[in-house]
Formats: sequence, C-alpha cells, structure tokens
Amino acid sequence: MAEKSGADILVECLVDLGVEVVFGYPGGAVLPIYDALYNHPTIRHVLVRHEQGATHMAEGYARSTGKPGVVLVTSGPGATNAVTGITDALLDSIPMIVITGQVPTQLIGTDAFQEADTVGITRHCTKHNYLVKDPGKLAGVVHEAFHIATTGRPGPVVVDIPKNVQIATAPYARPELKVHASYHPQTKADAAAIDAAVEMLAAAERPILYTGGGVINSGPQASALLRELVALTGAPVTSTLMGLGAFPASSDQWLGMLGMHGTYEANWAMNQADLILCIGARFDDRVTGRLDAFAPNSKKVHIDIDRSSINKIVDVDVAVVADVASALDDMIALWKQRGHQQADLGEWWARIAGWRARKSLDFAENGAEIMPQRAIADLYKACRATGKDVIITTEVGQHQMWAAQHFGFEAPNKWLTSGGLGTMGYGFPAAIGAQMGNPDSLTICVAGDASVQMNIQEMGTATQYRLPVKIFILNNEYMGMVRQWQELTYESRYSNSYSDSLPDFVKLGEAYGWTGIRIEGPQELEAGIRQMIETPGPVIVDCRVAKLSNCFPMIPSGAAHTEMLLDPSQVEGVMSDEAKALV
Amino acid sequence: MHIQEEYSQRHVLSLTVSNEAGILARIAGLFTARGYNIDSLTVADITDDHAISRITIVTGGPPKVIDQIIAQLDRLVPVHKVTDLTEAGPFVERELALVKVAGTGEDRIEALRLADVFRAKVVDTTIGSFIFEITGTTEKIDNFVALMRQIGLVEVGRTGVVGLIRGKDAN
Repeated sequence: MAEKSGADILVECLVDLGVEVVFGYPGGAVLPIYDALYNHPTIRHVLVRHEQGATHMAEGYARSTGKPGVVLVTSGPGATNAVTGITDALLDSIPMIVITGQVPTQLIGTDAFQEADTVGITRHCTKHNYLVKDPGKLAGVVHEAFHIATTGRPGPVVVDIPKNVQIATAPYARPELKVHASYHPQTKADAAAIDAAVEMLAAAERPILYTGGGVINSGPQASALLRELVALTGAPVTSTLMGLGAFPASSDQWLGMLGMHGTYEANWAMNQADLILCIGARFDDRVTGRLDAFAPNSKKVHIDIDRSSINKIVDVDVAVVADVASALDDMIALWKQRGHQQADLGEWWARIAGWRARKSLDFAENGAEIMPQRAIADLYKACRATGKDVIITTEVGQHQMWAAQHFGFEAPNKWLTSGGLGTMGYGFPAAIGAQMGNPDSLTICVAGDASVQMNIQEMGTATQYRLPVKIFILNNEYMGMVRQWQELTYESRYSNSYSDSLPDFVKLGEAYGWTGIRIEGPQELEAGIRQMIETPGPVIVDCRVAKLSNCFPMIPSGAAHTEMLLDPSQVEGVMSDEAKALV
Repeated sequence: MHIQEEYSQRHVLSLTVSNEAGILARIAGLFTARGYNIDSLTVADITDDHAISRITIVTGGPPKVIDQIIAQLDRLVPVHKVTDLTEAGPFVERELALVKVAGTGEDRIEALRLADVFRAKVVDTTIGSFIFEITGTTEKIDNFVALMRQIGLVEVGRTGVVGLIRGKDAN
C-alpha cells in the first residue's frame, strides 16, 4: 500500500467525506496541511481574518446547508481563538469539525512556541475530541470525527494533529468506518412512548406543540412531518428561538416565538395548556421563566435525541428519546392507524384569539425616528418582495429579538442565530459561511452597532471571496439589551453600555471595498433597504434607529409566563436580589 | 440573599469505559463543570487486552441530580455503560486503607487489639509504630480510623470504593 504523509491523509479523508469548503487560518503548526491544500482541485479554502470568524462561518455553513462545517487552524492562539465558536456549536448542536495543528509530539508539554493544551481546553466544549499521535490512525479518527459530529445530537469535534504527525507517513487506504463501540445514539423511539404520546395528544383539550432547534437539526423531513402532525391535530404551534422556520410563520396555527421575548399568546397558551408536546427543545431558562410557575396544569411529552435533556430542567410525563423526524413519523403513522380525528379545539382557539387580540408585538411610532421593529418589518416585506431565497443571521441582543419577532420564517435553515451561548460576533461570519454554502441566496446579517464590531474584521473575507452578504445594523449607539436590563434592574444606571466612538460604518464599508449606506430617518427606510438588496456585492447599512427603545414583550428574569411586561410603562426599575441573581 | 444548599443522598456509580488517553479527565471534568460532587473515584483496567477500564464513583445529590449525572456520563463517547449500584443493588462495596499508628506501651497493645477486632492486618512495624491494612465498607474504615485517632494516628491512605452487583450476572 502506498504511504502518504499525515497531511495528505487528512486531505484525502476530507475529499472522501465530501468536504467542499474549509474555513481556516494558517500558522506554523499547520503548514504541512496548508501545503497539501495548495491548489487543491476540489476543496475550497476560505481565509478568515480571525479564527473565531472561521468557527462561526462553519456554523453558518452547517446550519444553512445541513452539512458539517469544517475549520482548520493552527496550534496555540489559533486553537484558543476557536474556542468560543466551538462552545457556541456545542450549545446549539451544530455539526462542526475543527482541525487544529499542534506542536510536534516530542515538544508536547514543554511550553513550546505556540503550544496550548488544545484537547484539555476543548474537552468540555466539544462533543468529543482527539489528539492523534500516529499518522496510521489519522484516517480512522477523521472519519469517526465526522460521524460523531453529524449523528445523534450533532456537535463540534476537535482533531488535534501534531506537526510531526502531519509530516510522517503511513500506509493509506480509505478506511472502513469504525466507531467507538460505546457510541450508539438512540434515534428510534420506544413503541410504548410513541403510543403514550399519541394517545395523550388525541385526548388533549388544550394541546400545544413547543418546537425547537432539534426539528431543524433533524433535517427538512422533520419540518415536513411537523406540518403534517399540526394539520392532523389542529393544535397551535410555538417555537424557541432556535426552531424558527420549522413551522411557517404565515400559518393560522402559528403563535410566534415563546419565552422571555416571546408573544403574549405563545406564553399564555403554554401556561394554560393541558398538554405540551415538546419537540427537539430543551426547556431552557429563557423559555420557561420561573420554573415553579411553568405550565403548572399540563402533562408534558418530550421528544429529544439526547436523554440527558429529559427531566434536566422540567419533569415530563412521557420521554420519547429519538430523532425528531423518526418520532414524528411514528406518531403520525400511529395516529392514522388508530383512526384518531381532530378533537374539537374550538374553545381553546377562542381563548388563544383573546390573547392574540392583545397584539403584543405592536409598537408605538412617532414618525420622527425609525423604530427598530419597523426596520425589521420593512426588511421582511422587502425580502419577501424579491421572491428570492433569503437567509437571515443575527448577532446577539435587542436586534436579535426584534428580528425573531418581526421577521417571518417559512422554511427551516433560513434563520441562523446564536441561541444557547448568545455569542456576540456570531452573525456576520455566519452570514459569510451561509453565503458560501448558498451562493444564490440573499444573505443578510441583522446586527447591532456593538455586536457587529466583535468580528467586523471579516469584512475583508467577504471582499476577498466576492461574497455579496449584507449587514443591516440597527444602530442605537448602545449595547441595547444591557441598557434595557440596567433600566429594569439598576434604576437606569447605564454602566458602560453606551457605544462610544463608533466608527463611520459607511466609510468603513468603503475602506473594505463594500457599498456603505446610511439610513437616517423613516422617510429613507424603504428606499435604503431596497438599495441594499439591489446593490450587487457586499453592502453595509447603518440604519439609525430610536436610541432608547426596548424589546417587549418581556418576561423579566424570575417571573412567570403570566407576568409578561407588554410595554415600558410596566417597568419599575428595581428588582429583588433573588431576581437580580438569575441569568 | 444567601446561597441555599440542597439535600444529598450517597450513590455508588460503576462505569465501564474505553481505556484511552484523557478519559479520566473527561469524567472528572464533567463533574466539576456541572457542579456535581465526587466523594471518591477509583479506576483500573479490567480486561485482558487493557481496552476497558472500570471507574467507580461515589457521589451524592438529590435523585434528579443523580439521574442527570448518569445521563451526562452516558453520553460521553468513550463511556460504555453506567450503573447506579445504589439503585441496581444489592451490591458489594469495598475500600482498602493503610493506617499508620504510632505509640508505645498500652497504646501499642490496644492498637493491636482493635486491629484484631476489625480484622486489619499489620503490614509494617517499627518499635514505635504500625501500618495496618484494612478492607471493608467506607463506614467500617471511618470507624477504625476514628478509634486509631484516639491512640496515635499518624496518617491514612485510602483507595476509594470499588463495587460490584451481587449475583451471577455482569453489569
């Protein structure tokens, strides 16, 4: 058998595994791999400006295409800079493989130049990780890494490869996939659990489907099956931030997002339901509000591929450990087999109509300044009018919540946001990754003036690869969500939440070879958005919005679903220490 | 506002894991990262080919936390099986300790007498000291050490608990 170097073996594996794009940054400890990639005919390498950018690009690529994202960085600072993105992918269950260079094996542990204990540092922010000390084992590890990253509950996997292992040779043939004997995620549900779930759903008088990112991760089939189950049962649907798009926002059965900044109707329906069917969500604190008041009179069925999600936060009556698509398929088949008919949910829907009538997403406008909610609503309208496939990414903060509330998603994989870790600096690189995977889609990063600066250096990456991404900044000159919490809990003492010394975003865009647009007032909004969409190439928009508007509705931390604040007049400005201590 | 402590119940967990680099750090780190307690942890490989290790962990927590610990351990890639011996029981648990006691005269005789009662063996002796080897449950060793403390305890080394389910079946 022909011998190949570790670097060549790695690249062969990537080709065999169907990898088309690698996001990376070279350095001393990965030079052999970069040499193997030099002028490679099928693998496209995207040179980032900072390794964190590479990880979020890989996440955006993965989330929008369903394929795993691949990152290649050097040892030491290359690896540590990637840690935030790796953790982000763990929290949001994004399939990602991060290849890190390492100092040669004989130097490991000597504090060598650019040495960091990468497997030690990433042990608890990966689904699994490896240090490969033998080029003969590299192919097996890489294939296993892809398998682990993409199956079960997806997540990031790090493969750390010392430089001498990249140079040393070993016999190479495409390996048979050999996975740890102990790795066997359960994807097919127990029949008894499906039976119980279907019967409870059929008997429920006030059911609600609470869906999450697991539906998206399970693939487009899961979204299709969800729609079928909703049609069969006539039940209302709400979703977490991560699950938006799995069910169409235009449907009459859609209640909007739930949780801290969810709609009045979604949160009240959760509180008053007699059955909650949780599908691929995990009862996050941002969703449940105060736990002892969460959905007090309901039975709960939880579909999740990860058994550790079951009963972690909220005790459930029926646990369905399975892949979402598989479980929904089984439930639909049994529902039909039993001849269940849609129950009369008229009374339930009438109550929901009452909550909807509160119009919790409405906002006041004065005509003088752009309300951020209006900017998102107009962006949504303009995007729909193009008829194009649209992908929206966000940073983290008020703008993220406004985008979740006021942009309607009809299909999965079109909404990319950092939910679990809440990583400012995610959205823009994620848009670049999504654009790489979807060259014909209109890809827009909705950003805040503070968040966008966290990975703004990637503007050069978009320029280099001619990626026509758009950044739409809701510029209120504040870290708005921090300021909002200071208003809620600290009597409006704005400690360090003002965005002082902002750059001129228009000039910054021009400096990078982008088009820069400034939108100053309501009369410019529609035209500015249209210009952004119609301008070829990358565009940055500095949309000046009302500086002090806050994101409502809101369940303050430590409050119940029934204690939503609907508008600023309900804000008291102080909170108990117990409430302050919550996240 | 003050931090509240939760009530806790002792559980002995028995894990079989792939014997690979970093596995112990992975498990110990999971406990620290998620705020679980480790009272003791033992590990050694248990198969001919050294491919599998058994790890025995004594931990504590309310039932819901114990359930989470098991689920979290179970999803680590190199973990084959997690058994809660306390729930799966009845089971045998043993711990070994070396106990160094110094003393002369009546103390020395009393130490030997107590060692006999506890079926501890003398594994080293000098004119002024003994090292006893004792095996048994954690509680038995605690009791022995407490008595020796009154006589002239110098130092103690303990292995931590290993345990197996009673009966003919493997778990």
